Amino acid sequence: MKFRAKIVDVACLNHFSRVVTTISKLTKSCVLRLTPDNLFFVMSGKVANGGVSMWCELAQANFFDEYQMEGVSAEDNEICLELTPENLSRALRTLQNAKVLKVKLAKKHCPCLTIAAELPTLSSVGKVVTHTVPVDVIPRRLWHELKEPSMPDFDVSIYLPPLKTMKNVVDRMKNLSNFLVVKANLNGEMNLKIETDLVSVSTHFRDLGNPPWGDDASQDGGPSQSRDPDSMAEARVDIRRLQQFLMGQQINPTKAMCNIVHQKVVHLILLHEDMSLQYFIPAVA
Amino acid sequence: MQCVVTGGNVKVLAKAIHSLSRIGDELYVEPQEDGLALRSVNSSRSAYACFLFSPLFFSRYSTPNGHDFRCKMAIKSVQAVFRSLATLEKTVEKCHIELDEHKNKLTFTLHCKHGLLKTHNLSFQDSESLQAVFDKDNCANVFRAQPRVLVDTVVHFAPSLEEVTVSVSDERMWIKNHVEDEAERSKAMLTELCLASDEFDHFAVQAQNSITFCLKELRGLLVFAEATGLPVSIYFDEPGSPVVLSVADSVLEGNFVLATLSDEPSVHKNNSRGTRSAPSPPPDDFMNDDIDSYLIAMDTSVAPEPLTASPPRPPRPSLPDSTCSKRPAAANHRTRTHSDEGKEEDGEEDETVDSDRPPNKKFRSLFFGSVLPPSSQMSTQPMSCQEVLASDSEDESQTD
Repeated sequence: MKFRAKIVDVACLNHFSRVVTTISKLTKSCVLRLTPDNLFFVMSGKVANGGVSMWCELAQANFFDEYQMEGVSAEDNEICLELTPENLSRALRTLQNAKVLKVKLAKKHCPCLTIAAELPTLSSVGKVVTHTVPVDVIPRRLWHELKEPSMPDFDVSIYLPPLKTMKNVVDRMKNLSNFLVVKANLNGEMNLKIETDLVSVSTHFRDLGNPPWGDDASQDGGPSQSRDPDSMAEARVDIRRLQQFLMGQQINPTKAMCNIVHQKVVHLILLHEDMSLQYFIPAVA
Repeated sequence: MQCVVTGGNVKVLAKAIHSLSRIGDELYVEPQEDGLALRSVNSSRSAYACFLFSPLFFSRYSTPNGHDFRCKMAIKSVQAVFRSLATLEKTVEKCHIELDEHKNKLTFTLHCKHGLLKTHNLSFQDSESLQAVFDKDNCANVFRAQPRVLVDTVVHFAPSLEEVTVSVSDERMWIKNHVEDEAERSKAMLTELCLASDEFDHFAVQAQNSITFCLKELRGLLVFAEATGLPVSIYFDEPGSPVVLSVADSVLEGNFVLATLSDEPSVHKNNSRGTRSAPSPPPDDFMNDDIDSYLIAMDTSVAPEPLTASPPRPPRPSLPDSTCSKRPAAANHRTRTHSDEGKEEDGEEDETVDSDRPPNKKFRSLFFGSVLPPSSQMSTQPMSCQEVLASDSEDESQTD
């Protein structure tokens, strides 16, 4: 296994750092999967993390100026590492103004990713900072847990309102309730609602638009043909999970959407030109 | 005692108190002939800090002549006087400090804009003199750097990180986080940073040593140094003897004395193998683009080999000549210290330290006067040493 990558461009470094920071806000531990063309941050929906799962995909060419890897074998040309994204995030954050940043898989006292950067300095000799992030190499027999989650057979797909607005709403609602009902229909309407014994609050969004999934949608015929545009699909979710997602995200996506499988799952997707982040929050009864 | 602080000096005084609050819970105040001394020490007595403001710092300064007076108080209550530094700078024109021995009161009067007066009356306790023994002028290694250089250095370390190890060679300084045991090592993130000598205003190394000390107090001093723009000087000798960080200008002086980890036997062994003499991989490693040296030969389906096995290191690029030639010198230094002190003394010293230090603290208390030559240190009992340095105010003398 070999892995080595280099970032020279400040904008790329900044973008990569924001993606990793977003991940670090979502989970304490995740898997970094490296393939020749992509990097993935994966969290599988285990009970320990509340059944939430995450899939973040980055095209390496859009981030790295140099990227070399050699997987476990020729047919399994991949590397899977479990790591604490917070470590990676902190390392990258302190190296924001690096002239060159190199990421390497190395074996020191334990397998680790080294993040070395040359910082601007007045000194004639470069100033070099090295962060060593310990990783666990995931054996091949466990790789099957790290496959891309299939697109759920959703009832409704809708564009999200501005995430900041949504965050403000959810933050307020969190003070009142632990659970939130996400409702949406194919008419571009979405409601966020909480209900307690004392109070019921609902925020309505209109004209959000529904993404045209067309032929590449996973379900037969697509939802729009068979479904009444005004009928709502809903899912009740743990409000903390939704808040975590809205609070931590630093990606500024070009597109943000939400798929709802009625009373099963809320599937959030953030798209940016060279990356995508998918987040699955299971519904609770 | 009476003194008056005006203009920008109010902020300097406030910053000094804030940075002392990073050390200990109590502020020791001692008006002296040569100025006002403010001191603090931490509970395990492994860190001590002192600011001395000369009479010229004040627009008026008078001490009672004839007898010494000193007192201590909770530093939090003094901090409260200077709580908001931002508004302090804008609104406070003058600060009047008066120590009334008869009423046992320390009064801070802040003269603010628009004729607003804020008066804080603080009660205090009598105390013995607090003075750490240190001799920075005879330290083998002396550095001076602009505060920005050090601030940009410590920013790379996690706020929760407790200790850093600083290693020096003739031309470089390496700083890395200190991880206590092997088990932690495989979990903790390690950070390492290399500063070239020309980042410093002054860089003089006589002993190529590495020392480990607490980052918290350094951060405390940097708060002050950055606000006042004063360069920070660093003085140290060898592991176990204190590191002194100081700032000074014509009207004030600040010294932070921090205990360093004494050389543990296990560390010794490792060091003699090379960690010490060749402190951390040189930055040339960074420039080395040969991917093969980072190759990991490991089958993922097999459990990782036990941690005790010595980790295979990538082939190290040849060190700069100067570092190489200095290595034997460092080794010589080591052996010399050993023969001087002798094995027995080492053992004895460890024993006293063990019995007196609080549990789980590996830092030696500064109050053993670890800067004294070994012979005198051995002859003096720890208790008598302590008298020189610290107040015994917790004793019965305090009641009434």
